[in-house]
Order: sequence, then C-alpha cells, then structure tokens
Amino acid sequence: MKTIGYIIQKEFRQIFRNKGMLPIIFILPILQLVILANAATYEVKNIKFAYIDNDHSSYSRELIEKFNASTYFNVLTDFSSEAKASSAMLKGEVDVLLVVPDYFERDLRKEKYTDLGVTSNAIDGAAAGVENVYINQIVQSFNKKLKVELMQPEDALRIPVNITSIPSFWYNETLNYKTFMVPGILVLLVTMITLFLSGMNIVREKEIGTLEQINVTPIQKSQFIIGKLFPFWVIGMGLLTIGLILAKLIFDVPMLGSLLLLYGYTSIYILVILGMGLFISNFTDTQQQAMFIAWFFVVIFILMSGLFTPIESMPEWAQVITEFNPIKYFVEIMRMVMLKGSGFTDILSLALKTLAYAIVMNGLALWSYKKTN
Amino acid sequence: MKRFIGFIKKEFYHIFRDKRSLFILFGMPIAQILLFGFAITNEINNVEIAILDHSKDATTGEIINKISSSKYFSINQFIEREADIEAAFKKGEIKAVLNFEKDFSKNLIKEKQATIQVITDATDPNTANTISNYINSILQNYRQGQNKDIKIAYQIVPQTRMIYNQELKSVFMFVPGVMTIILMLVSAMMTSISITREKELGTMEILLVSPLKPFQVIIGKVVPYIFLSVINAAVIVILSIFIFKMPVQGSLFLLGLESVLFIITSLTLGILISTISATQQTAMMISLMGLMLPVILLSGFIFPISSMPGALQIISHIIPAKWFIIILKGIMLKGVGISLIWKETLILLVMTLFFIGLSIKKYKIRLE
Repeated sequence: MKTIGYIIQKEFRQIFRNKGMLPIIFILPILQLVILANAATYEVKNIKFAYIDNDHSSYSRELIEKFNASTYFNVLTDFSSEAKASSAMLKGEVDVLLVVPDYFERDLRKEKYTDLGVTSNAIDGAAAGVENVYINQIVQSFNKKLKVELMQPEDALRIPVNITSIPSFWYNETLNYKTFMVPGILVLLVTMITLFLSGMNIVREKEIGTLEQINVTPIQKSQFIIGKLFPFWVIGMGLLTIGLILAKLIFDVPMLGSLLLLYGYTSIYILVILGMGLFISNFTDTQQQAMFIAWFFVVIFILMSGLFTPIESMPEWAQVITEFNPIKYFVEIMRMVMLKGSGFTDILSLALKTLAYAIVMNGLALWSYKKTN
Repeated sequence: MKRFIGFIKKEFYHIFRDKRSLFILFGMPIAQILLFGFAITNEINNVEIAILDHSKDATTGEIINKISSSKYFSINQFIEREADIEAAFKKGEIKAVLNFEKDFSKNLIKEKQATIQVITDATDPNTANTISNYINSILQNYRQGQNKDIKIAYQIVPQTRMIYNQELKSVFMFVPGVMTIILMLVSAMMTSISITREKELGTMEILLVSPLKPFQVIIGKVVPYIFLSVINAAVIVILSIFIFKMPVQGSLFLLGLESVLFIITSLTLGILISTISATQQTAMMISLMGLMLPVILLSGFIFPISSMPGALQIISHIIPAKWFIIILKGIMLKGVGISLIWKETLILLVMTLFFIGLSIKKYKIRLE
C-alpha cells in the first residue's frame, strides 16, 4: 500500500511539474465546454431568404411580408430573374428562394387555388427539411387568413375534418439545446482527457526506456499500474466536478437526480476508459501509434454516441457496435439523471453493463501487460 | 540539393519501415469513412414510442396502424394510465407517447375535430422536434385521405424543389465532413508529433547542426507526409464515389488540388504545434484536445454555422476545416469551379503561409 502511495505521489508531482500540460488538462477543456456548447444546435435560424415576385399584387406582397416578419428568415433579397437567383444560390448567398407565379392573386380569387414555387438548397438535408416545415407553417397561416377574407356562402358547407396534434415537450419545454449539449460535451471532454493521458503515459515510459528500469525494481506490476492510473482517475473526477459546477452556473442545466448516483457511475466509467488507455499502451511501441489508435476510437465513440445523431436510426449492425461504446452509456446516464431525475433502479442495467465493461477491459489490459513484459 | 534529396529519402524509409504505423495510418481512415458513411444519419428511424389510447375506437386504431407501419416509428408499449408515462420515460424505454383524447371518433364525426397530444422526451431537443414533425405529417396525410371528397377552398400550395440533394440524403452532408476531419487531424497529428519526437529523443539537435538548413529539415520531414495524406485523400474520395454514390459534379482535378492545399494547411498547422511543444505528449494533447472538438463542432460538419451565435460564427472563420468543407460541397454537390470558391481557396492559402511564417519565427528563436 505504501509503495502505491509513493508512486501516486511521484506521478502527481510529474503531472503538476509539467507547466505546459496543466493548462491543456484543465483550462482547454473548460474553455471548450463554455464555448462549444453554444455551437451545438440543430436549430435552423437566419435562413438566407430570397424571392421573385412575378405578380406584384397586394397578396403577393403580403405573403412575402409574412416571411420578412418571421424570425427564422432574414436577409431578404428580391431578384428580377430566375437566372440571377440560381447563380446566387450556387454561390451560397441564398438558402431558400420563393417564386410567386404570374396571376397569383387572380387565381386565388377565381380558382380558389394557386401554386407557389419554393427552391431550397438541400445539401444539408436535415436543415432543408426544417426550412420546409417553417415555410409550410407560414403558408398555412396565410391560407387561413385568406379563407376568412374570401370565404363565399357556398364554401361554408365544405368543412374538412381536422385532427390537431398538440406537441408537449417534457423535461425541456423550451427545447433548449444547451441543456442537452452541455452534459454531453462534458462527457466527451472527461473521456478524451482520461483516455489520451493514460494511453500515452505507459507507452512513453516504454519509448524512453524507463519502463525497463521500473520492471527491475521490487515494485509489483499491479502496484505500478494502479499508482500510474489513479492520478488520471482523480483528474477525470475533478474535471467532472468543475464541469458540473459550470453547467449549473453558466448554463443553468438542471440537476434533477442524485449527484451521488452520477459520481458513483462516473467513478466506474473512468475505470473503463483507463483500462482502454492501458490496453492501447500495451499494444503499441511508440506514443505516435498510441495516439493514432486513441484518436481512431475516440472519433468513433463520439460520432456514434447518440449525442449528435440518434442511435435508433443507425442500421442494426451499427447499433450492435454502439453497445461497445462507453460514451454512449455515459451520455445516456447523464441525460437520465440530470434532466429526467432517473433513479438507481432506472439506470441499473446501464450501470451494470458499464461495470462489466470495466472488469473485462481492465482484465484484458492486465493480462496483456504481463504478456508483453 | 543532393543532400536534401538524400534526407527526404531517409525520412521515407523511416516511415515505411514502421509497418505498424503505416497500417494504422491507412487502415483507420478507411474504417472510419465506411463506418460513418453507413451509420451516421440525422434522419430518424425506428423510434420507440408508446400509445395511450383513451378512446380505443376504429379511428384511433387506424391512426395507430398508420404510425406503426411507417418506418419512422415502432410501438414499444401500450400505456393505460397517464401516471405511467413518467416511469417509461425515466427508464429511457421510449422517446414519445401519443395520447388520444376520449371519444376521438365521436368528436371527429360530430365536431369535425379531434385531438392527439404528442408527448416527447425533449432531453434530446432535436429528436423531440423531429418526432413531433413526423407525427404531424403522418396525421396530415391521414386527414387528406379523409377529406378526399372535399375540395378545400383558398389554398396556396407550395411546390417544393430541393436542389443539390433531391433525396435529402444525409450521407451527402457527412461524407465531406468526415473526409475533412480525417485529413485535418491525421495530417496535423503526424507532423506535430514527428518533429517533437526528434526533439524529445534528442535527435533534432543533431539534424540542426547538420549542413542542412532548418527549413530543409522541416520540408524534408513534411514531404513524405504530404505523399501519405494524398494517398489517404484519394482513397477516401474513391470510396465516397463508389460506395456512397457521392457525386462529383465539378472537376476532379480541382478537387485534387484543393485537397492537396488543405493537406498542406493541416501539415503546417502540425508543424506550428510541434514548435510550441517540448514533448510528444504536449503536442498530441494540443492537436487532439485542441483540434478535435472545435473541428467537429465549429466547421459546419454537423451543426449549421449560420444558426450559431454571432461570436461563434466569427470564431468559425479561423477553423480551416470550415473552408474546406465549403469547397468540398461546392465541387462535389454543386459542381462549382474555381471562380466561385477562389475566396475559400485564398483563405486556406493565407492560413498556410501564416502557419509557416510563425513556425519559422519560432524555430529561429529556439536556435539562437
């Protein structure tokens, strides 16, 4: 026990002596949490809107005015020809183009029906879909207004059936993205820091040659490993603490569930990551290789975590892969405990999977560690 | 010159001798692009939902059928009481509950109006919103079916045309993004660590006292990596075209040139990182921790830049990846030529020169 204590002390000293690393370990992640949480939004705002009004009637002007008044659309431009509009679209200056046809108003009054041309830049398919919803909403409300204004007695007989859906957004009524993203990004940062630090650490000793020196000392391997990894576990927990405080203070993210539960889970979770770090160290000869492998897995973990894109939508085989993604579990638990107030029994099955993962990962790491030396 | 070529040759041998690293360098990006190209989509599919049907009549049955037969939703459970909704959400079993009002059919016939409450788990606001929209459009379809005989008066009907990506495939959004992340991070990491490695092992000083000039040493170190990254880029483009049916509307040649430019930008950024860090560990932490999340989040890869707060939009200008993504989408999906992307190209060029200039300055200080 005393030996482990000394190693831990030595490791801590080494970390804190390296003045270049300290800001990277503590300041960089905090800065990213504060800044990047604002970037992660799927909301579609500031849509660059343009129109061609071929009718120049009072209705066409009124419809365009509705778009102008909407908070989603801005930079209103009118083009005199389709050619000019499409070249602006090609340049990326326009996202959505509305074309009001000739005889727009006349058709509305006489035929009670008219088309409206809408062209969207759909490279970002999701954004284009949302834009389409906005446009439909504006046109629908304009239709309602028309009906009231133009309704003839004989039209009154034709009342269509209507099914209304009332959306109700639980746990985050205002659909605030930061409430969701801040805990998620915190998970990413804790994972990255602990994985990169632990993954590089032992392979570094290998590369410089100091690992052999340690191997000839009376220190047991398990003592050495625990001593090596413990400081990173502390750093991970510390980062979580700072992150949670900032989440509360700056972003006002709710904490409905038990803090103890969250810490309990995180303490197991970090063990999974440290096991991975050790495993990577064992299978590489240089820090460069370790770094590339750590990067490879982290990118996969991040993009397949369910944080940015939904997991249910992935093909079956990909969903099977996500079962091995620790970040997925942590993001899920954060969301459940902090935002929904889920309790111990709710998260039990996820926590048990994480625990099993930690045991297997560290077992593999220890086993392979003995093998290589 | 001969010495210089000899040095480059040595660097090439050095890299190609390390089979393991080579395998990692080429294998990883291929695995990643395949994985992400197939797996990542921000559409929704098979979302688990629950039904709370207070009415249980023919109409609600019909609507439930419609919803469960769409590929977007699958019904996980039927809930009997309002009080049970919360527990299901807390366990994370379902993402939404459809709550049909009492006497649904009756209301629809008598009042011509009935109501469904769509309760979503909005801890993930994007999914919640999308679910809500999808349910709405299914209901709208159903309504239209019911109203077939009635011609609704006074309608403006938008005829929507989606250009550059008619089928709204999200893979067209993700492939350029993934290609950018891979090229940027792999390139920056390679150079940042390869030079600090020499520093850490003490061999850099030997190189610097050799008759080669410092900039020759650096160029010699970078050239093999340009070569490696270009092969990587080519492999990714080929996979994108043949496996993901990514169109290249514009010139393939231009795409190649722009990729080389972006690779050089990233490599020089790596060199800059290596000049400011003393150990491999610092270099790696700067290039991984410092670049990964900003590149993913601020480049427009996943989240639209135009929706970000003003200050972040300004910060996004200094992310080289943002400009390369615009270039890639322009050439691949819109088919634009250099006349429409010269500005982005120029920005990358200026960034590259800036990184080189700053690195040279830092190196000089070190040598004095």
